[in-house]
Amino acid sequence: MAWLLRGLRQGVVTSRYPRRSDVYGRGYMAAIAVLHAPDKSSADDELAALCPTGAILADGRLRVDRGRCILCGRCVEARPDLFAFDGSPEVGRIGRRALLVPDEDEEAVEEVRAELAKRTRFLRRSIHVRHVDAGSDGSEEWEVAALTNPVYDVQRLGIFFTATPRHADLLLVTGVGTAGMAGPLRLTYEAMPFPKVVLAAGTDAISGGLLHSSYAGADGIGSVVPVDVWVPGSPPSPFSLLHGILVAVGLLAENRAVT
Amino acid sequence: MRHAAASVSLEPSQLADSVAAAVRGGGRLAALVATARRDGATELRALVASAGDLTSFETTLGPGADRYPGLTPLVPAAAWYEREIHDLFGIEPIGHPRLDPLVLPLRPDVRRPRPGNPDKPPRLEPDLASLPRHVSGEGVFTIPYGPVRSGVFESVEYLVETPGEDIPHLRTRVYHKHRGIERRFGELEVDDAVLLAERVEGTVSVAHATAFCQALETLGNVEPPRRAQLVRVVYAELERVAVHLDSIIRHTEGAGQAVAYARMTLHKEHILRLRARLCGHRFARGVVVPGGVSGPLHLSPTDALAAVGAIDRAIADDTRALMDTPSFLDRLRGTGILPASAVAEHGALGPVGRGSGLVEDVRVRRPYGAYRFLGFEPAEGFIEGDALARQSVRIEEIRHAFHLVRQALDELAESETGPWRHEIPAPDGTAWSSVEAPQGELLYLVEADAGQLTRVKPRCASFHNLALFERAFRGDILTDFVFIEASFGVSIAGVSG
Ligand code: SF4
Repeated sequence: MAWLLRGLRQGVVTSRYPRRSDVYGRGYMAAIAVLHAPDKSSADDELAALCPTGAILADGRLRVDRGRCILCGRCVEARPDLFAFDGSPEVGRIGRRALLVPDEDEEAVEEVRAELAKRTRFLRRSIHVRHVDAGSDGSEEWEVAALTNPVYDVQRLGIFFTATPRHADLLLVTGVGTAGMAGPLRLTYEAMPFPKVVLAAGTDAISGGLLHSSYAGADGIGSVVPVDVWVPGSPPSPFSLLHGILVAVGLLAENRAVT
Repeated sequence: MRHAAASVSLEPSQLADSVAAAVRGGGRLAALVATARRDGATELRALVASAGDLTSFETTLGPGADRYPGLTPLVPAAAWYEREIHDLFGIEPIGHPRLDPLVLPLRPDVRRPRPGNPDKPPRLEPDLASLPRHVSGEGVFTIPYGPVRSGVFESVEYLVETPGEDIPHLRTRVYHKHRGIERRFGELEVDDAVLLAERVEGTVSVAHATAFCQALETLGNVEPPRRAQLVRVVYAELERVAVHLDSIIRHTEGAGQAVAYARMTLHKEHILRLRARLCGHRFARGVVVPGGVSGPLHLSPTDALAAVGAIDRAIADDTRALMDTPSFLDRLRGTGILPASAVAEHGALGPVGRGSGLVEDVRVRRPYGAYRFLGFEPAEGFIEGDALARQSVRIEEIRHAFHLVRQALDELAESETGPWRHEIPAPDGTAWSSVEAPQGELLYLVEADAGQLTRVKPRCASFHNLALFERAFRGDILTDFVFIEASFGVSIAGVSG
């Protein structure tokens, strides 16, 4: 009884995202944006050398690969004229190449998008998610678990976590993709019924991050299971994960600005 | 060469006896670390903590030598360390009672990664055939939990060998998540290595960055500015609150206390949001840098104090109610008892030790940074050794943590202007460093040669404590598993390496 009253006293704390944007969702760094092309005096390799994970591509045209970016902020600090933090949590993308900003290859990505849309057309309104840790640092699990706390409360959107892969529509994978998790991850994927969608949660899961190509694997999970939606972040915030899940099941367009 | 620990050089044949004598004399084995040398030799360092001191017992195995008289027969706390060294270096401790693979099962003929040696190993596939088989026999069967478990958890596999409801034996497999962290440290520049330290155990990034940076500061003989030390304490203690809340959340979830669960997850979210308001990152990454911190808090100390006060009150109120809920306490009381003797012999760390009366707290034993001048008392007086005692320790520590945060913020409100960090010289030499992470003593061994890191070994409290896990199961039934695990509060990332 005492606990029931405590629960009631708490009132409504739940975010209305994605129906409304949430001010908190923009309160921290979610991604890196390239402000404009550098002038002639900036040497390409000097810009590339700013980044500890090789996320800055400066081969004639300056781009950031958000799939490798661990948001250390070093580029922003060194070259605030070229790089900036982007607070928008809607960073999940369909197609690995769509993580390169500024965008290119819209057409190539469009194909992937259409293919995914075809697959998810038959998913019902409620989505069952199976999480697998393939070598995370542990923080991703906190952010995934946060989705069920009263603030994000994803059950209100018909999103449920499930223990058994046989009931899962969406495989949400964290971690660098270690050699030791390749087998269990593949088995979980295979046990899921069709149609199924795979979401790589976090920069580690996308590219291995700082551990990229260690002797223990760590090239990202894309070499083990076919990834549909890529959500960068180190770790990705609950808002970014929620947005990614909604994109994955075709309930939200990737770039839709939530108003 | 500069140490934060005294060192004693020994012959390989003397190592076990010397460490055993030091442990008998009131010390505890804090770590056993190997380092590969370029010439093929392997250095072994056994770190013994006693009272306020650390002593490193060191020996070198020459090139080609791959055996030494093991420590485990005399010092059982060395068991997991020697298994890890066997996996990563191919060095065999003679007399080890059970040298099963721990973090990296490999075929015997495969070259080991040998951290410290600059040659980059190729991709190594785990060899499942090298793992011991499941036990089966008359009336005994093995129940595997994991590595993919029900719920949102880190991957780990527990093998419960049982003749029925009682748990006579439990084995833990942690290799699935092995990421090759230690080698990667040696491939990074110093500034990038801080970023990796933050990701060894991503839920305690501040503790890791602080321990690693302290080692660099010891090598460079640099004292960070006082207000940078205060900022470190603010984040370190908020981190402690978040991690302890996470453990409490798992208890409430296991006990089906739905409202308490929702309330505690809300408090945890508020801590993460407060950190984001203070520095822009929910896990406070990027705050601790070599020589100090990256800059001031983004909130004024007054605003930060108000925010901290509100969360502190809400948590205190709910934990009081939780510890007054008999149906909850009944599940924890008498569950997963760790005998004081086992805890003392193993030198258990953090809340796991403190719940059984072993008060090892680096903030008190070997104070560092701002803990040298802030008022603080360790959580003492919990001796029952059950899940309830460990939970009580955590609740007490949450209270102390907020007290420390308030002190630090009070002083920051008055602190003079000045730099947030000092330059540190290119590191050279060997240093140990330690901090009290939420799970207990976190150690870093850092070796550098003319600015280049040659060996970095984080020793996480989770690694040390998880070795004791199976000792908490004597006689407990399977349904208590969730509480025993939650009460250990282990981060698997920190165990697998
Ligand atoms: S924030 Fe760091 S990781 Fe990301 S692009 Fe900039 S330098 Fe690279």
